[in-house]
Amino acid sequence: MSEAVQSATATPLLLVEDLSVSFRTDRGTVRAVDSVNLHVDAGETLAIVGESGSGKSVTAMSLMRLVGDNGTVDSKRVLFDGIDLGALSEAQMRKVRGNRIAMIFQEPMSSLNPVLTIGKQVAEPMVLHQGLSWREARRRAVTLLQRVSIPDPEDRLDSYPHHFSGGMRQRVMIAMALACDPKLIIADEPTTALDVTVQAQILALLKDLTRETGAAQILITHDLGVVARYADRVAVMYGGRVVETAPAHELYANPQHPYTQGLMASVPSLDGDPGKRLQTIPGQPPDLANLPPGCAFAPRCPYARDECRQAPPPLEPIAPQHLRACYGYE
Amino acid sequence: MSDAATEMPHADPADETLMQVDDLKVHFPVTEGLLNRQVGSIKAVDGVSFSLRRGETFSLVGESGCGKSTTALAALRMQPVTAGRILFEGVDITHYSQAQMRPIRRRMQMVYQDPFGSLNPRMRVRDIIGEPLVVHGLAGDKVKYKARVRELMALVGLLPDMADRYPHEFSGGQRQRIGIARSLALDPSLLICDEPVSALDVSIQAQVVNLMMDLQEQLGLTYLFIAHDLSVVRHISNRVAVMYLGRIVEIADRDPLFDTPRHPYTEALLAAVPVANPVIEASRPQQIVTGEVPSVRNPPSGCHFHPRCPKVMPECKTETPALRPRDDGRLIACHLYD
Ligand SMILES: Nc1ncnc2c1ncn2[C@@H]1O[C@H](COP(=O)(O)OP(=O)(O)OP(=O)(O)O)[C@@H](O)[C@H]1O
Ligand SMILES: Nc1ncnc2c1ncn2[C@@H]1O[C@H](COP(=O)(O)OP(=O)(O)OP(=O)(O)O)[C@@H](O)[C@H]1O
Ligand SMILES: [Mg+2]
Ligand SMILES: [Mg+2]
Repeated sequence: MSEAVQSATATPLLLVEDLSVSFRTDRGTVRAVDSVNLHVDAGETLAIVGESGSGKSVTAMSLMRLVGDNGTVDSKRVLFDGIDLGALSEAQMRKVRGNRIAMIFQEPMSSLNPVLTIGKQVAEPMVLHQGLSWREARRRAVTLLQRVSIPDPEDRLDSYPHHFSGGMRQRVMIAMALACDPKLIIADEPTTALDVTVQAQILALLKDLTRETGAAQILITHDLGVVARYADRVAVMYGGRVVETAPAHELYANPQHPYTQGLMASVPSLDGDPGKRLQTIPGQPPDLANLPPGCAFAPRCPYARDECRQAPPPLEPIAPQHLRACYGYE
Repeated sequence: MSDAATEMPHADPADETLMQVDDLKVHFPVTEGLLNRQVGSIKAVDGVSFSLRRGETFSLVGESGCGKSTTALAALRMQPVTAGRILFEGVDITHYSQAQMRPIRRRMQMVYQDPFGSLNPRMRVRDIIGEPLVVHGLAGDKVKYKARVRELMALVGLLPDMADRYPHEFSGGQRQRIGIARSLALDPSLLICDEPVSALDVSIQAQVVNLMMDLQEQLGLTYLFIAHDLSVVRHISNRVAVMYLGRIVEIADRDPLFDTPRHPYTEALLAAVPVANPVIEASRPQQIVTGEVPSVRNPPSGCHFHPRCPKVMPECKTETPALRPRDDGRLIACHLYD
């Protein structure tokens, strides 16, 4: 409780207000992210969960304004360590990207350059962004590779990406992400392509690093087990909006949005009653080019009433640190 | 060694066992140079034995690349078998020709992971579902064909008016239903389901898992089920085999396997799977093994798991442990229990 009060009052490292992203497509305008509010504190891991297409990746990419030519980002403000990212020029933004904010993606193979050695790729951002000499940068690269548990890092500097396993490549990506001491780490499904034993190693590493360096982490995943193990707080997205956010233990113990409840109930658990029918959420996820006027979840919601079909409900506190976007069903 | 040996003595094995796989090996050649000289082999499946009991769900689990899909494809004879024996309904089909396999193939069908890639985008749903009937010359006249397709669609919860649409008009969960309906067209007894729900949204996964369990009950199907998500595996399986680098390391009934895993790799695998409950997570061991999953091209000697095993003993480095029945009825390949 005291912890809750404290982080609610301290200025968060990242504060996102009224973030919206839309895309022009031949099917019309796709409103991928709609008035999202988020915050992440130093040392904290915020997980973003939700169905495929609910806007998780677009939210993350739009923080760095990487949304492609057909996308438009709109925000009241995106305050990162005291700077309003929304007000930066493209040149200023480029300095922030890959320097103070690090991104780790799902596909480590396509993010590493196959014709450059690992050592060159890890050292290069330090030369470019921090003005280190190549010698100095290589020395730091060894330390970083050691930190992400690559065995014999000195010998490995001259290896190429294809000499590494998927888990090792993902660790190299993390080493690169850490090279410039980022204040914010955005990890978008960083372990989806990896084995579970390797996944556990990597997520534990990211979490420890976040704690140690006082960076903030946004972890995007659809795996509610991963969230339970590694997240401090959770934002649940549906149809481009945050529908519920709460500390992880609170969200699992006391989910308050009907979508969150449906999501939690539909996951078979390792200690549940096997063989029984799983609870399901009937219906299909929404089409973002064709969203209903009210709450996007209303067509699948067992409690939906007229009000829900008219305007989307605002995200409002229902307990300390626990917010929900729902007109209520109690 | 097959686990048929551990079946209850009163059961008639000819009745109980739908499929039996003995010491199955699938090796892929590794070639080099212009002359494609063979310089080694990938032992993707290296001496796997198991049997499927009628009406059960038997799952294969293990890390990516350990040989689950290859095992399943070889059991269906859709993948050349290097060595071993496959019995289906008591008949040795290991060396059947494609012509001999045709009638057998009707009895065993595959459900694929990717509901997007596995459906022909230019065919209407009716013809996707009915195609196996046409291929096997069982379509009958137009009226019969349409009626059968309608029946199959109803079985998987698709509406009849969807028959004239194309796959792109459907969501992932609906496409997976189309794929399942198609695989049921020929009235199979065995369905091999390779990651059938992995590509689906969490809220849709549950719909498909329920459907599969309902169909099994209605139609008496046997499932060979492959999945990464161990919570889903636990939910749907009767028995589970754990694979590591081409070999089975443990086979057990669901509850003993999940409650008291005995092979150190099974233990590590289960500990690595995060469960959707922060209270349980806070009190669980977070990590049992470290190190990389070694490559199948160059597997470690002895027990393949020994370089990562927290309980490794000297003999593990040199001797391959056999998959043997243990006193509690399960099969384990580990020197700890020898
Ligand atoms: N460049 C683009 N042009 C048009 N639509 C886009 C573009 N990028 C994303 N979208 C759409 O925006 C929506 C949100 O996409 P996003 O990638 O954020 O989903 P997600 O929640 O990350 O899903 P997943 O779990 O599948 O990764 C989707 O409907 C997607 O099709
Ligand atoms: N046609 C092939 N030629 C050469 N190697 C192959 C071939 N098919 C599979 N392999 C190799 O055999 C091993 C087992 O592959 P398999 O697809 O059976 O694994 P899996 O357990 O199904 O993995 P996943 O969980 O990723 O689907 C892998 O190392 C794979 O690269
Ligand atoms: Mg995404
Ligand atoms: Mg596979």
